[in-house]
Amino acid sequence: MSALVASDVAAVQAAVREGRPLLPVAGGTHPASVPGPDGPVRVLDVSGLAGIVDYDPAELTFTARPGTPLAEIEQMLAANGQHLPFDPPRLGPDATLGGAVAAGVTGPGGFAAGIRDFVVGVRFVDGTGRLAAGGGRVVKNAAGFDLPKLMVGSLGRLGVMVELSLKVFPRPEATASLRFPTVGLAAGLAAIAALARGPITPLALDLAADGAVTARVGAAAELIAARAERLARSIEPHGEPLAAAEHGPRSATSPGEVAAGDASHWGEARRFAWVGDDARLVVVPTAPRRIATLDAELDSRGLRRRYGLAANVAWIAWPEATPVAELSALLAAHAMSGLVLTGAPLPEPLIGAAAGGAFARRIAGALDPRGTFAGGSR
Amino acid sequence: MRYRCNMESERFTTSLRALGLGDRVLTSDAQLAAFGSDALTAFNQRPLAVVVVESAAEVAAVVRRCHEAGVPFVARGSGTSLSGGSVPVEGGIVIALNRMNRVLSVDPDARIAVVEPGVINLAVSAAAAAHGLAYAPDPSSQSVCTIGGNLAFNSGGAHCLKHGMTANHILGLRAVLPDGEVVDLGGESTEHVGPDWAGMFCGCEGLFGIAVEATLRLVPVPESVRTALAVFDSLERAGEAVAAIVGAGLVPVAMEIMDALAIEAAEASVKPAYPSGAALLIVELEGDEAVVEHELAAVEALLREAGCGELRATADPGERALIWKGRKSAFSAVGWLAPDYIVQDGVVPRTRLGEALREIDRLGAERGIRVANVFHAGDGNLHPLILYDGREEGAVERAEELAADILALCVDLGGSITGEHGVGVEKRDHMKLMFSAEDLGLMEDLRAAVDPGRLANPGKMLIPPPSASPAAVPNPAATA
Repeated sequence: MSALVASDVAAVQAAVREGRPLLPVAGGTHPASVPGPDGPVRVLDVSGLAGIVDYDPAELTFTARPGTPLAEIEQMLAANGQHLPFDPPRLGPDATLGGAVAAGVTGPGGFAAGIRDFVVGVRFVDGTGRLAAGGGRVVKNAAGFDLPKLMVGSLGRLGVMVELSLKVFPRPEATASLRFPTVGLAAGLAAIAALARGPITPLALDLAADGAVTARVGAAAELIAARAERLARSIEPHGEPLAAAEHGPRSATSPGEVAAGDASHWGEARRFAWVGDDARLVVVPTAPRRIATLDAELDSRGLRRRYGLAANVAWIAWPEATPVAELSALLAAHAMSGLVLTGAPLPEPLIGAAAGGAFARRIAGALDPRGTFAGGSR
Repeated sequence: MRYRCNMESERFTTSLRALGLGDRVLTSDAQLAAFGSDALTAFNQRPLAVVVVESAAEVAAVVRRCHEAGVPFVARGSGTSLSGGSVPVEGGIVIALNRMNRVLSVDPDARIAVVEPGVINLAVSAAAAAHGLAYAPDPSSQSVCTIGGNLAFNSGGAHCLKHGMTANHILGLRAVLPDGEVVDLGGESTEHVGPDWAGMFCGCEGLFGIAVEATLRLVPVPESVRTALAVFDSLERAGEAVAAIVGAGLVPVAMEIMDALAIEAAEASVKPAYPSGAALLIVELEGDEAVVEHELAAVEALLREAGCGELRATADPGERALIWKGRKSAFSAVGWLAPDYIVQDGVVPRTRLGEALREIDRLGAERGIRVANVFHAGDGNLHPLILYDGREEGAVERAEELAADILALCVDLGGSITGEHGVGVEKRDHMKLMFSAEDLGLMEDLRAAVDPGRLANPGKMLIPPPSASPAAVPNPAATA
């Protein structure tokens, strides 16, 4: 099916009112959720619905259209010493703000700053073609239903977002990263638990399947070295500064090497380069006490995986050649849900246990009574 | 069908007792008197009955019974709503959740707690303290208000500036929908996939049903906390100091401003020994020792640059407690200044605080009404306290007019009619200042989809459409 293009609100409304199944797509960096070319659902290309609408650095908020590239937003914020603290995954250079919100995935550097806490306002076109707004442009607001939160993770299936307002944070002046050479998952989980509860709240806390823990910390430039040092010594075994990959598998020694190691590690982490071209990236929310069971399952299948955000999420590389239904069944058996972000288009990128029950069905039915965003049926 | 005749209502309450609730179905005038209103005492409605529930299963059974009989209901914790959110519905029952007050579990490694809705806000932090953890949202009423009410109204507090509002701290919940169906939303992870159903349920003001269990995010108790007090010769200057702190890339955990009248009220009641002046700014920093030291020095320099008078900072827990006692009791302390008052809860963009305060001052002076100001300056959340004497003819109406003008002002400046108290009964007429007819229509559609009988706390947040009498809507069972 050929793509429809909508670069303003009226065009979005017109496309939706045609009543035939469609889904909004902008950068296309989450290809598993993009409608396939042979399916019944048309792509509504909203990449032209882009641009910053409003940004006053002193407000720590901005408003932009969803097709705005993340790179443009980051550049704008960085020029004012600010950033998106939820560190959205960058699965391609065309990643957009709308895509980040629709996927609703916090990136590796977003420990304690999940994306759901940062979307404060939304304007969207629902399944009847109606333009509606929820939330606002201020950081604190309790008026009306929390539609901005509802959009986080909605995958474009509850409406076509046309404008988003987000909260942002000051960007730490300096960052540093540490690797804790813990051996085995149990030791790694214990280290994560201790670090997450300690006096210094890290920006990132990652756990590798072999038990090694990587932490990132931020601070003012004159404090960063001492802060990293204190975090490194807060548990046994002590952490070591991370070297950039090109320096080989060893600790960094000079300040320059430390900075380079920090930047290259998290740059690569948010691109999820380790997943590889032959596998799909799947995001599975979890909890520390459930990791051991999940990891045994993943290990027995020889899957590459990492655990992020202090063991609140599993990132799994699922081989493209293996049917996703197998992973879906595995997750469902453990009462877990997942989202497939990359790989060939899937009719249903949400896998595992269904979430929301009757509440979800009723809300979705009200926003999209004809099933325009649900492949034609509700 | 609403119960107009005694025989029908008696039959209904008898059927509730038959659910095994026995003498926990309260119907005598003496028993019902305490439930007629909440902290917004201007509204009062005698309920048909109050049902004191003790379990999630009982909540589901009572709600199902209400659904079958077409009887409206409202859940209630401690009744501290400042927007009339827990005022009973005419002909409806109150479901009192206070006995569901157990902290079910604390998982220190995951930094979460699972609680029942009747748990008092501060009791969560008390239960988590042994693990070096705390529950961050801190409404001023936190020593009495319950998590269920906090969740339903997405409550805030002074420390939202850094930590965010209640919804940010609710990871998962179990809810009884308005027809008695039980659903689990969210989970125990900080992440979710698919739409944020738990986030959508938070702040629904009871319109989507009743949360009977919640999974809360906990945060580490900070190693160091410093509280600075600075006096300014005008509210505007204090507001500029706040903007300067935010502009410098600092995110204190709280930034509060009180004006001379609010300071006077606090001194007359809890005597926090505030320095006197036209405006008092409280800035609190928390974190690890080194960062707090560094940030305090930066904040003090910015405060001096902004022209503050007396400036002092303390790490002493006793002094800090007194500073916050003065601030958190400011609403009730205003009772020392005037027989009656209205609390407002508008939000403005923080860069427009000075403008908003000047305009509020002008609007009050125009009507000869005194307004005390206490507010969460860091996030632009104003709490003007409009003082009046209800015994004077027309005083209530004049105060309400001023309150409405202030809300309109907040929306004009790009803000909101409520930052943390919710819409409730009090501000439902003002929703149209913020939202278009289409926006409100969509919200009404969402409510009708979840609750076709409009039995869950009707009359709060949204004004029911004229056609929406319970008898005129289809049986929810047919559309669910």
